Amino acid sequence: MFKLIRFLKGYYLPSAVAPVFKFMEALFELIIPIVVARIIDVGIAGEDTGYIYRMGALMIGLGITGFLCSTVCQYLAARSSLGYGTNLRRALYAHINTFSYAELDRFGPASLVTRLSNDINQTQMAVAMFIRLVMRAPFITIGSIVMAMMIDLRLSLVFLGGGVVIAVILFAVMRSSVPYYIKAQKGLDKITRLTQENLSGARVVKAFAKEKEEENDFNEAADDLARINIRVGRIAGLLNPLTYAVVNLSVALIIWLGGKRVYYGGLTQGEIIALVNYLNQILLALVVIANLIVIFTKASASAARINEIFDVTSSMKEGEGAQPVEGAPALEFRNVSFKYGTDVGYSLENISFTLEAGQTLGIIGGTGSGKSTLVNLIPRYYDAEGDILIDGAPVAEYTFAQLMDKIALVAQTAHLFSGTIRDNLRFGKPDADEEEMRAALRVAQADFVFASDEGLDRVVQAKGRNLSGGQKQRLSIARAVIKNPEILILDDSASALDFATEARLRAAVSKLSAAKVVVSQRIGTIRSADRILVLDEGRAVGYGTHDELLRDCPLYAELNALQGGAK
Amino acid sequence: MSDRRKKSTTLRLLAFIRPNLPFLVLALLMSVVQIVATLFAPVVVGDAIDYIVGVGDVDFGRIFFYIMILLGLIAAAVLFQWLATLCTNRVAYRTVRDLRAAAFKKINSVPLKYIDAHSHGDIISRVSTDIDLVSDGLIQGFTQMFSGIVTIAGTICFMFALNWKVSLVVILVTPLSLFVAYFIARGCHNKFRDQAIKRGEMTGLTEEMLSGQRTVKAYGYEKRAEARFEEINLDLKKIGTKAMFYSSMTNPSTRVLNGIVYAAVAIMGAVLCVKGSLTVGQLSCFLSYANQYTKPFNEVTGVVAELQATFASAKRVFELLDEQDEKETGDKTPSAVRGDVDIDKVAFSYTETPLIENFNLSVPAGSRVAIVGPTGCGKTTLINLLMRFYDVRSGSIRVDGTDLTEYTRASSRELFGMVLQDSWLFDGTFRENIAYSRPEASDEEIAAAAKKAHIHGFISRQVNGYDTVLDPDALSAGQKQLICIARLMLASPPMLILDEATSSIDTRTEIRIQQAFAELMKGRTSFIVAHRLSTIREADVILVMRDGNVIEQGSHEQLMSIEGGFYRNLYTLGMGGA
Repeated sequence: MFKLIRFLKGYYLPSAVAPVFKFMEALFELIIPIVVARIIDVGIAGEDTGYIYRMGALMIGLGITGFLCSTVCQYLAARSSLGYGTNLRRALYAHINTFSYAELDRFGPASLVTRLSNDINQTQMAVAMFIRLVMRAPFITIGSIVMAMMIDLRLSLVFLGGGVVIAVILFAVMRSSVPYYIKAQKGLDKITRLTQENLSGARVVKAFAKEKEEENDFNEAADDLARINIRVGRIAGLLNPLTYAVVNLSVALIIWLGGKRVYYGGLTQGEIIALVNYLNQILLALVVIANLIVIFTKASASAARINEIFDVTSSMKEGEGAQPVEGAPALEFRNVSFKYGTDVGYSLENISFTLEAGQTLGIIGGTGSGKSTLVNLIPRYYDAEGDILIDGAPVAEYTFAQLMDKIALVAQTAHLFSGTIRDNLRFGKPDADEEEMRAALRVAQADFVFASDEGLDRVVQAKGRNLSGGQKQRLSIARAVIKNPEILILDDSASALDFATEARLRAAVSKLSAAKVVVSQRIGTIRSADRILVLDEGRAVGYGTHDELLRDCPLYAELNALQGGAK
Repeated sequence: MSDRRKKSTTLRLLAFIRPNLPFLVLALLMSVVQIVATLFAPVVVGDAIDYIVGVGDVDFGRIFFYIMILLGLIAAAVLFQWLATLCTNRVAYRTVRDLRAAAFKKINSVPLKYIDAHSHGDIISRVSTDIDLVSDGLIQGFTQMFSGIVTIAGTICFMFALNWKVSLVVILVTPLSLFVAYFIARGCHNKFRDQAIKRGEMTGLTEEMLSGQRTVKAYGYEKRAEARFEEINLDLKKIGTKAMFYSSMTNPSTRVLNGIVYAAVAIMGAVLCVKGSLTVGQLSCFLSYANQYTKPFNEVTGVVAELQATFASAKRVFELLDEQDEKETGDKTPSAVRGDVDIDKVAFSYTETPLIENFNLSVPAGSRVAIVGPTGCGKTTLINLLMRFYDVRSGSIRVDGTDLTEYTRASSRELFGMVLQDSWLFDGTFRENIAYSRPEASDEEIAAAAKKAHIHGFISRQVNGYDTVLDPDALSAGQKQLICIARLMLASPPMLILDEATSSIDTRTEIRIQQAFAELMKGRTSFIVAHRLSTIREADVILVMRDGNVIEQGSHEQLMSIEGGFYRNLYTLGMGGA
């Protein structure tokens, strides 16, 4: 939690001044019971109505001044905490944007979104509460006890005793209920998960007529959650009645012991009333402290989740910038190996190939053979062992911006963003004009865009929900083509297209001046490539043209035969 | 149906509370007892203080008596407050459970159209967050409001019983408290609503950007995304500061009002004490009341503001519960299925624009039917209709001469075993996932099915073999499909539907599985959607679909013989023009 304090930057002064104002309000509040005691002991006993009115006016004055102080404090607290939240949100989002694929894989988008929203809000609330109450609640508690001591040192022991008992109750209730709260959260997660599973698998559930079983599973989870909540409610529900009991038992003790003190002349009637009032103030302050503790426990869990993100820095060091080497191939792999973690086997081993500008490299292989892993190394989404050279210079020497300019990779799953088709194309090139867009769409065989009246202004919903799989793939290819990259990578990105469309796409793409890397499971897609790399379980088992491979690579020949190809 | 809609949300919620209603009534009764005991306590304390007058003038007998009463009151207040909380919790959480169960049951009984057309995230938040809000707001809020009102009424009664003049002073301040409380509650409500909208905008943006972060990075969109983010962030700061400030003014305002009431009571009471018409003990009792008088007002108005938000949630929950169930059209269950399928003059469309019109097809039992055609030609729609995920607009689909609508939906779905392009697995063990189709299957049967699907080796290598809990995200698309195929192998249904069932599996594994598939398809009518021509070629009938209609139909050889035919064109292109 304290690590995050740095985001208060720019608001240190207001957040330091605010508690001072709050302190003043609390101070005025502590004076009130003394004033009342004076009214009783001096005004009523001396039958001095003038004194009563003066003291009454003083009370109202104190109240209003306190209110003004408090207003200032609340405003400064709101400003500071929101300033903190805004700084933190900005910094966290920018930090997430520096992550490379390895870090993104680790956290996943859902968890990052929660941290950016809920978790930051929790700590923002905690900062506001801290500023507003850090002085007030403890000051009132301690102040009340001190005032009680000033009135009567021996009777103030009752205050101390009561305070200790309440602290113990608070601690015990929290301690025994927190594990249940964690369980309840897990229970709610399960409810969410089951609902999610049921929605995404609706067709399968219905196909196997499993509605009843799914409902039973869900009801069991809902029952469990209800049971946990009712159980924790039994414990948490004790907090209010018990603190009430302790305070009022203290009141009873004060009356009994105080009565004796008055009898022997050590205390006045007004002072007993003041003591009772202080007890009531302590009760209110303690309730606030209990709430504060809950808020801070939640916030520190959130703070830990936020810090976890800040503590992760991108595992990748950006290059300083590289100069292309004259006459070098557009792309070259020399003995490249790669594994996803330290304790797993290699996903790619000893891969070498070269690719000249304008030429096409086809990559083919079975499920899990490493095709996608290989192409992800080209734009340096992951760092690998061995040398990956672009225009003769190692990828690690290029700046990220340089790599982005040179390379466009179209992934297996097309990810579009909400906006119009035009917005999505501009993703690839912010200043693209109408003509460029039309040209890119034509290459990508995305003629369907022109078929509708809205054309480029057709609305795309989040993740392209309102488009078919084939339409999404073609738009994401257009988005890459419009960049006019030096290296264009298509990672099985036409799998949802029918044969005829795919053939036209292949023809159009082959005319582009870029060096092309095309990944596929279909021989037909890559057979006309200048070179073909055959992968099997992370190793290259063939490299050459279609005809060479048919002759030399048994796996390729087998694939070709299986897919019904003739010589 | 329509009068159900007209019923107010409150009444409908009451219907859900009904099974637990006795506990709610009990809770309210107990909180009345608790409040009365709590309000009585200051009176007793005041009475006791009146017997502590000065040096040598303290009546210990009376004080002891009052302290005993006080202890009794404390005990009653503590016990009944706790019991009331237990009852409220019980009502709240049981109602939540019942609402959830009803919502989940609804999800399973609405037509697929609803699930396809609505965002899953939205439905999930109705089942989890909205229902939670309903319990917090409507049930706990309701009891809070009730106890607030009882406290105010009780306090007024107690004060009037003590002294009407001082009470009048307190009552006169009441409108002011109400006004302030109302003003703040309203301000908070508006500001919080604005803040919630902005927060939603921000979550929307980050959710979209981060789930497509690979694309964002690939195109260097980070800076532009950060600019969009910052714009919302600054708006949020402005609105959030106001919302936070407004809501944080509740306590200081209460305190200043309390302070004024308190001072007024002190002045008025002290003057009356001097005149002798009020005792000091009674003054102390009044001061205790004044100390807490405005608090319930805040609670009540706070709850009212909160209720508006929770009513919105309750409405969203009931919206889901009001969705029409999928209607059962028949009650027959099929027996001894041969597998003749006749599709007769079927018309269907998802929207107003016609998609499939006058679709006719006759498939003799045991045939293998392959469906090919360009994207969006209606392949998946045909499956939706066969499985009765969607209902035909007109025409009929008959199996062995019986219209599918004469069967119950569940039993007509059991006619087909199905593997879809999107493999669906759930958080459970490999065994549970495969045996989903037949929970009573023996270990041997499950292993045999997994072997046929060529996934047995992979599962055996897992730490706990078939009892390993699988993580759908850690499996490749191909492995997921293989598990779904094993599920189908285990079920051995009368007919089969394979929608791109092997699209993510590499060719060599696919060929090995084909053998098992061929065995499974023997004698069973099968519908196969595939891209791979090797799969298509072996079908008895190939349907070439385009724009929702069958444009060519026949065996591979027949279709290839059509000069300039669509299939022939597709086929030659697919082979790279070799």
